[in-house]
Amino acid sequence: MAKIVGVVATGDTEVGGGAPIFYAKDRDQLQTIAHLLEKVLDSAAHEVNKDLFIIVNRH
Amino acid sequence: MMLDWLHSHKDLTGVIMGSAFGMAARISMLRSDYRQYPAYPHGKIIHLALGLIAGALGAVAVPALYNKDYTAITFLSLAAQQFREVRNMERNTLTAIDQLELVPRGAAYIEGIAVVFEGRNYLAILTAFLSSLFVMLIGWWGGLIAGALSLLLANHFMKGKKITHIADVEMAPLKMDGPNLYVGDVYLMNVGLDENRKIIQEQGIGFILTPKNDDARVTIANMGQRQAILHDVSTRLGVYRDDGDPGLLPIGKLGLRTGKLGLLVLPREKDTDKAYQAVCNVPLLEAAVRMPTEANRKSTEAKQNG
Repeated sequence: MAKIVGVVATGDTEVGGGAPIFYAKDRDQLQTIAHLLEKVLDSAAHEVNKDLFIIVNRH
Repeated sequence: MMLDWLHSHKDLTGVIMGSAFGMAARISMLRSDYRQYPAYPHGKIIHLALGLIAGALGAVAVPALYNKDYTAITFLSLAAQQFREVRNMERNTLTAIDQLELVPRGAAYIEGIAVVFEGRNYLAILTAFLSSLFVMLIGWWGGLIAGALSLLLANHFMKGKKITHIADVEMAPLKMDGPNLYVGDVYLMNVGLDENRKIIQEQGIGFILTPKNDDARVTIANMGQRQAILHDVSTRLGVYRDDGDPGLLPIGKLGLRTGKLGLLVLPREKDTDKAYQAVCNVPLLEAAVRMPTEANRKSTEAKQNG
């Protein structure tokens, strides 16, 4: 089953819960962090909305 | 002089001619095409050697049976055992390699290839057996004709069907709707990163496969068949991705409502014509072919009769 291994959000989104959450200053930084996590964790970054990304591991 | 000798030594002629035709059958069925398998030279040598053995076994069986040596038939069962081993060998090798492919073949494709390798050896035996038999029955020229005919027959049997037999392939534009990627009207996936969206729009080619009938609808929905298509296209045109790039994945998704298959391929060399040809020429996998309409028809007929 796919697993959420990380959440990236800009500061004004309301997120919480068990997965590691990374707060970004703006949408540009959001892309940068999501990019980094995608490569490091070998898991795809998916957009929930413009201010909230999830990193999903399917292995 | 030579021909007299051939006539007087029927057993030997049968064995030699049978083995030669068996070997020839195996050679003619051994091709390293775009599948890049078996690789030259070692993979080929294995199969040529087994082809020779198969030919010799088939050829020797006939004179032995003629001389009322009925135990010779057990040799054939030994051969069958041997060639089942070939199938295992191919399966194991390909499965081991598959983990290191950027776009894996998938278990269904591997199984198909392994079965074909086994089947080819049996056809080599059959060719050898027939030509040897006709040498014993008619003479050396009878063996020659029978051998040539069964060569043609063997090649005919080995020709599988292609994806174009069951589906219409057409190219379709890739559309990004926010993070959502569509090919035609089939939803493929959610792409998060801007970078990946750009690459997909630049490098990606979209295809829509429309099944020609209800049987084809089930076949095309098979995951193994889908993976085979993606693998074949990636082998022929390269693939624009690397390990650790899970966002750039050639993918096939069904349009649930229509039963159409949407494909995203990411070729290294963006040649739409070649990509189209590659998709059209993908073999239909035995493991994927289903015929639900026939099965349903038969079961209803049986009910009426009983």
